[in-house]
Amino acid sequence: MENQFKISSYCHVKQNKISLNGKVLFSVKPEESTFLKQAYKALNVNYSKFFKMDKLSQLAFLAADVLFQYENISEENQENIALVMGNKASSLDTDRKHQDSIQDKTSYYPSPAVFVYTLPNIMLGEISIKYKLYSENSFFVFENFKTNYFYNYAQSLIVDNKADKILCGWVNVDDEDYEAFLYLVTPNGDLQHTEQQINTLYNELWTL
Amino acid sequence: MSKVYVSYNNIISSLGFDSVSVAKEVIQGKSGLKQIADASIMPEPFMSSLIDDEVLSAAFNNTSEKKYTKLEQMFIASLQDTFSQSNIALTDRVGLIISTTKGNIDALDDANDFPKECAYLDVLAKNVTNYFGFKTEPIVLSNACVSGVLAVAVAKRYIKSNMFDQVFIVAGDLVTEFILSGFNSFQALSSEICKPYDKNRIGINIGEVAVSALVTKNEANLSDDAVEILGEASCNDANHISGPSRTGEGLYRSIKSALNQANLTSEDIDYISAHGTATMYNDEMEAIALNRLGLEHTPVNSLKGYFGHTLGASGLLETIIGMQALKQNKLIKTLGFAEMGVTQPINIIEETTEKPLNTFLKTASGFGGCNTAVIFKKVK
Repeated sequence: MENQFKISSYCHVKQNKISLNGKVLFSVKPEESTFLKQAYKALNVNYSKFFKMDKLSQLAFLAADVLFQYENISEENQENIALVMGNKASSLDTDRKHQDSIQDKTSYYPSPAVFVYTLPNIMLGEISIKYKLYSENSFFVFENFKTNYFYNYAQSLIVDNKADKILCGWVNVDDEDYEAFLYLVTPNGDLQHTEQQINTLYNELWTL
Repeated sequence: MSKVYVSYNNIISSLGFDSVSVAKEVIQGKSGLKQIADASIMPEPFMSSLIDDEVLSAAFNNTSEKKYTKLEQMFIASLQDTFSQSNIALTDRVGLIISTTKGNIDALDDANDFPKECAYLDVLAKNVTNYFGFKTEPIVLSNACVSGVLAVAVAKRYIKSNMFDQVFIVAGDLVTEFILSGFNSFQALSSEICKPYDKNRIGINIGEVAVSALVTKNEANLSDDAVEILGEASCNDANHISGPSRTGEGLYRSIKSALNQANLTSEDIDYISAHGTATMYNDEMEAIALNRLGLEHTPVNSLKGYFGHTLGASGLLETIIGMQALKQNKLIKTLGFAEMGVTQPINIIEETTEKPLNTFLKTASGFGGCNTAVIFKKVK
């Protein structure tokens, strides 16, 4: 079967830098800890629910927003865009916070606002709510980015007509470390949707 | 395009350690839920179905030096049974999907003997993979409460995309303080056995199981209870991260898309194994979605009264019980239901009865607004 789908845009976030299609859109000094909030302002995201999200959801949301703004994808169109994402640390960053809240029986304060973020697919829900995506959501955990699994899953969604476009990628937060790489698979675009191309784009994350 | 089936399977639960025995208990109306008093998990007594550590150790019979966590033992014991029934060689055409929401989350607790690294899901996956000697990289699926049934859809998709010929799925979650304290903070837990769709329902019970199944395109050597996967879909509510849509939008779209793929209409579904967590919002949302699809007359059950909500395993657990129901032509009652407690009419199965059955629809919904629907058809 010939693969006619393309990659129309991609986004990297790491080292306090956000890039779109390989060009840096926004950056702050590596030592600054409020990077995500500064990026939110600089990129005109304008979505107050952002501040309720945990760091993992914020990171995924920002990267998706960069791509959707660039692609003129808006909630009015309610597009059928599947979300297929993965990472290594699942929601451990927030899991540790919830664990801290129950560790000491004399100071016990579990919170629903934290607990709800102890699932990694919540980031897919956040993106779906903002962009009114009533579409396929799948969240995977791997030791590291597995190109073949992302590529083949996206292909199967295309072949089965489950989605018109697919937002794929890797969004990981683990203590101070974080990285995001998202790419949009669509019928039109300049880059081929192939494993080799996805690998090339993913590797740019480490030279950002 | 070749057909894809769910074949050999296993259930490790408080009602037994294989699918046939567990289904037998369920058909007899026995619940695995009971009141547990364990202050290390919850200050007050709680209703749950737990797997006995000693029975599990005996079943797992670890002969190696390596120590396995309780969840790993559950996964391995379940997969061992499915694996030996399936009798296939592990090649690069055989995949493994592990479905779990929280994995070894108990390893984060300071009181736990295992290192905190065990809480990484890929570490858990590697331990299971290495035990059996899978030749392919394990896939962990963590999609809240739809994970178990979504794993069936994902396995089918990887087979259709020609990555694998056969995929083993193993699904499970533990009952931990981490989970119970969280659901309790939502005030979602019921201190009694849950009552899905019932007027007097007061919330969910959390239970633990490990379940596994072989998903295959090989028509030869299918199990007696094998089913074909006719259609599957997963749609988000795009509404709220911790509450279901009031219109049942995502569930409605999931079922509709699964029916389209299966080339079926609502009339072709013989029964529905629904999510039925026994929370106000979930049950109501399901009733609305089923009515929007003209499925209000189709017999429907929730199995939460037998096992509680088993999180990342529930969708696969309920699929396996559904396969047994098809094989035995039995509509299984919704344990705990007495009086209609949803505003839209649905046809709750109140007594376990005999009826010729060929197709069933399994649905699930979860945090993050996710919903999944899969339609199955009896093979033999």
